[in-house]
Amino acid sequence: MMAILNYLIFPGFLFSACIGLLAGWVDRKVTARIQYRVGPPWYQNFMDIAKLFTKEIIVPEGAKLTFLLAPFLGLLSSILVATILGKSLDINFSGFIGDLIVVLYLLTIPAIALIIGASSSQNPLASVGASREIKLVLAYELPFILSMITVIIKSGTVIQIGNILGHQFSAGSNIASFSGALAFVAVLFCVQAKLGFVPFDASEAEQEIMGGVLIEYSGMPLAIFKLTKAILLYTLPLFLIIMFMGKDVSPLFLIGKYILILVIIILIKNTNPRLRIDQALSFFWGPVTVIAAIALILAMLGL
Amino acid sequence: MSIKTKVLTKSLWVFHAATSPCNNCDIEIIDVLTPRHDVERFGMVLVGSVRHADVLLVTGVPNYKTKERLKKLYSQVSQPCLVIAIGNCACGRMMFKESYNSPCAVDDIVPVSAYVPGCPPKPEAMIAAVVKLIDKLK
Repeated sequence: MMAILNYLIFPGFLFSACIGLLAGWVDRKVTARIQYRVGPPWYQNFMDIAKLFTKEIIVPEGAKLTFLLAPFLGLLSSILVATILGKSLDINFSGFIGDLIVVLYLLTIPAIALIIGASSSQNPLASVGASREIKLVLAYELPFILSMITVIIKSGTVIQIGNILGHQFSAGSNIASFSGALAFVAVLFCVQAKLGFVPFDASEAEQEIMGGVLIEYSGMPLAIFKLTKAILLYTLPLFLIIMFMGKDVSPLFLIGKYILILVIIILIKNTNPRLRIDQALSFFWGPVTVIAAIALILAMLGL
Repeated sequence: MSIKTKVLTKSLWVFHAATSPCNNCDIEIIDVLTPRHDVERFGMVLVGSVRHADVLLVTGVPNYKTKERLKKLYSQVSQPCLVIAIGNCACGRMMFKESYNSPCAVDDIVPVSAYVPGCPPKPEAMIAAVVKLIDKLK
């Protein structure tokens, strides 16, 4: 019973969606200020989601059942990540061995849901977007996993989020070492790509392929995808904080660190042009993987 | 006013349907979205796909080809969707009325909710039209 409440309200769906939508507003507002505009009011993202729920749902001719199931797949898995991460901050919650592995798998599912939804929608532009998304997943997963292995080695080879936090609590944050800092830089780019933000938003480029993977979605399924994205905008920075900055996770410090990471992500988003998919691929398999590999070697040397 | 109308008027997503315009109206539409007027303040954003749209901005005089395209576009939007005719051409075809390549006006193809005359209309005129449209919805 408690688990269901955790999943649906705190720290699961309701809480993470509200924080995520507010973070989405911060993103829009900062973007607007950078472009010397005023920007939308704080409740704008809530209005957008509410409006999408009232609109008609269109299922294109020839679309499979997965067209409507895919958004829920992404939403459910991202809520699960938010719940696991939120609960692992609780000092009395011990978690289970290997929950880090589960989180790593669950974090790729929103991207896979996008791919499934886009490729079952029978739209040529959506399939272009889906193929770009597949390439992007292949590109960023390698440095992402390498950085996570760095964190595991730094924390005394434990694969339990609670233990990683506990290790950082006694031995200092992972980011305060050479290997940790390098791994953090690598993983920050991967998070940017996981969120689908510029410069890695080739899969849903509005200007060239008209929304790409989301082109055929309307009404409620589109709202579910937007919610998934909002929850990821809350979950991924929280994941970075737990993995790299776990020294002090009291509420005030947690909020400060979250806003810091959020603003870094937004600034990267606003100061870079979109990369072509081949450029993104060579960026991730080139410099970012090299940085992550150096971090891994340094961590094995004990630095 | 019901909640449905309230949330619709607070977040109008705009799709730009150009049915062979001369491009002047399109430039003025872009002016509305850029920092000078910044309609994102009111939740209006330009979307890439017609499935996401709440408002179709139609510019230009439909010819035999774009007439079919506009009909198809309107059949693809998710309802409720409003149509705004931007510019003299879209409002009443003006000097192209007797032209050989102009089969019909925009409002013969799709139901138009607001007309914004002008050649091209000012950005202020478009914002005024949207405000009147929202008042009408209420």
